[in-house]
Amino acid sequence: MPPWFLEKACLQDLLERLRDRGYAVIGPTISQEAICYDEIHTIDELPRGWTDVQQAGRYRLQRRADESLFGYVVGPHSWKRYLFPPQATLMTADRTDGGWSMQAPVEVPPRYAFLGVRACELAAIRIQDKVFLEGPYVDLVYQARRERCFVVAVNCTQAASTCFCTSMNTGPRCQAGFDLALTELPTGFLVECGSDAGSELLASLPVREPSAEELTAAESAREQAVHQIQRLMDTTNIREDLLTNLNHPRWQEAGERCLSCTNCTMVCPTCFCSSVNEVADLGADHVRRERVWDSCFNLDFSTMNGTPVRNNVASRYRQWLTHKLASWHDQFGSSGCVGCGRCITWCPVGIDLTEEVAAIRGDVR
Amino acid sequence: MTAKPRLAVFKFASCDGCQLSLLDCEDELLAVAGAVEIVHFAEATSRMEPGPYDIVLVEGSITTPDDAARIQDVRANARFLMTIGACATAGGIQSLRNWADHQEFLQAVYARPEYISSLATSTAIADHVPVDFELRGCPISRQQLLEVLVALIDGRKPQTPGHGVCLDCKRRGSVCITVARGVPCMGPLTQSGCGAICPAFDRGCYGCFGPAPQVQPRSLTGHLLEQGAPPRQLVQLLRNFNGFAPEFRGESERLISQQET
Ligand code: SF4
Ligand code: SF4
Ligand code: SF4
Ligand code: SF4
Repeated sequence: MPPWFLEKACLQDLLERLRDRGYAVIGPTISQEAICYDEIHTIDELPRGWTDVQQAGRYRLQRRADESLFGYVVGPHSWKRYLFPPQATLMTADRTDGGWSMQAPVEVPPRYAFLGVRACELAAIRIQDKVFLEGPYVDLVYQARRERCFVVAVNCTQAASTCFCTSMNTGPRCQAGFDLALTELPTGFLVECGSDAGSELLASLPVREPSAEELTAAESAREQAVHQIQRLMDTTNIREDLLTNLNHPRWQEAGERCLSCTNCTMVCPTCFCSSVNEVADLGADHVRRERVWDSCFNLDFSTMNGTPVRNNVASRYRQWLTHKLASWHDQFGSSGCVGCGRCITWCPVGIDLTEEVAAIRGDVR
Repeated sequence: MTAKPRLAVFKFASCDGCQLSLLDCEDELLAVAGAVEIVHFAEATSRMEPGPYDIVLVEGSITTPDDAARIQDVRANARFLMTIGACATAGGIQSLRNWADHQEFLQAVYARPEYISSLATSTAIADHVPVDFELRGCPISRQQLLEVLVALIDGRKPQTPGHGVCLDCKRRGSVCITVARGVPCMGPLTQSGCGAICPAFDRGCYGCFGPAPQVQPRSLTGHLLEQGAPPRQLVQLLRNFNGFAPEFRGESERLISQQET
């Protein structure tokens, strides 16, 4: 289907039509000196004229020379926060005269419309769909949110120094997995439609046919992102190269730098580990079964039968990287990394997985 | 435990904040009080029964010769001894004196220093007697205190988290202030317990709950030095309420010796 054109000022119509349909619109907004994903009501809450500058262990907001609304890359949050919330109640139980009475949670999650989803993030959602929805056990918390959400993707027109989606074949062009996809130009947006829900919404918007110049401008804006991507990760044979080098000295070196702080796994849009705890009141009459985000870097999380099975930082770092890039293929049929670069930026000591992989494979070849 | 366990609270050098956490348990305290017999708790009641006790909570560090003798006595009367808070567990903020001239402090503070009998150091309870459980924090978390007490009464293992502050910081959705603003933060080295409050209010973590398991302070300080943080600032960061905990202490002393060479 050919794309349409939406004038800049009419983006507010998109927000309103989504809200008319009962969606809570989650989009990029400046908060805590970063571009975060939060509920937004007007396009004035978008990071107009701001961008982010990223490198290993460092993130800063910076003014742009123009008034772009989506002129940044990916920030500290991912959509995972909304689809797989950091804390969820799975069940409650109350002691009654007739024994325990168990209840499923009654909360109905909001219908989310995600605005500004990047290509690498679409790929990450696709991976979590596979994990949570397509295995033998469906995750009901994820399913209830995912099935009701609407995705407005945005094509990147620039990339950060930490981005490597081209290596992972996930971006920067949004190919599938969206309802609508936008490409931002100074005067407005090129709009592509990816689903029936997308065309239904599009029909309610004041769009027109784009001019030939607008089509060319959008194409070169998207090309700009491709050219800006400098970071590479060679993925040929990566599974074998990592799994046959489990005793490479580089793991030990990474283990000396790594703080085992879990930040990389928390910001990663595909990491899905969690812990389930029973939280009781003092008399143990009311119990909640709570699920919280957890991480392979957490020593408690590696503890089985009272004994930590990965009892040093190096082994936990190796577990993370080899799962993400190697055994994920066996488990889910793809890499667990989409190349968004978040784990590089948000590591407090700037450990860069692409560098670690290159070092381990360097000796192999 | 068949009869109601007898609980006693003892205070050494401390600010009383951790004992207050127990009083702060209000409603829950009634239930706790129903499940245990509080036989010695100077902060709350005039009842002061002699030992032996089933559960002893110890607040504060050892800073005087008298206290060094008294803790032996407390231990001899305790079936289960648990330290509460950073003072009892690591020596507290007052352990800053361990790196200073104690005599000089005495002269500066007291009109008649010869009347003062104190030790040159402030040390953790575990440096003097065996400790069965350490509850961290400055102050301790009331939820964790209740959890440990209830677990003890029920005879099960307490669920106190061993993960670091960063995990809670990310769960609550805070943006990392170290990465986004260059503010040094003790979060990656510190055990959780507070729910990562400080970074949510634009402050670096102070390390209230002491070192997380298997911490590597040198990697963090090395990175912060590279980013331009002055070594002095990092020493101050490490020397807070848990500055004398071995992992933090080792790193601050290493930073200082490195500067001197
Ligand atoms: S990794 Fe690619 S798709 Fe993701 S933000 Fe960077 S340029 Fe965009
Ligand atoms: S491993 Fe790192 S680069 Fe890859 S998807 Fe996760 S956060 Fe992004
Ligand atoms: S790689 Fe970095 S972010 Fe991940 S656990 Fe280690 S220090 Fe933390
Ligand atoms: S602000 Fe501090 S506690 Fe939070 S993620 Fe960053 S380093 Fe960790």
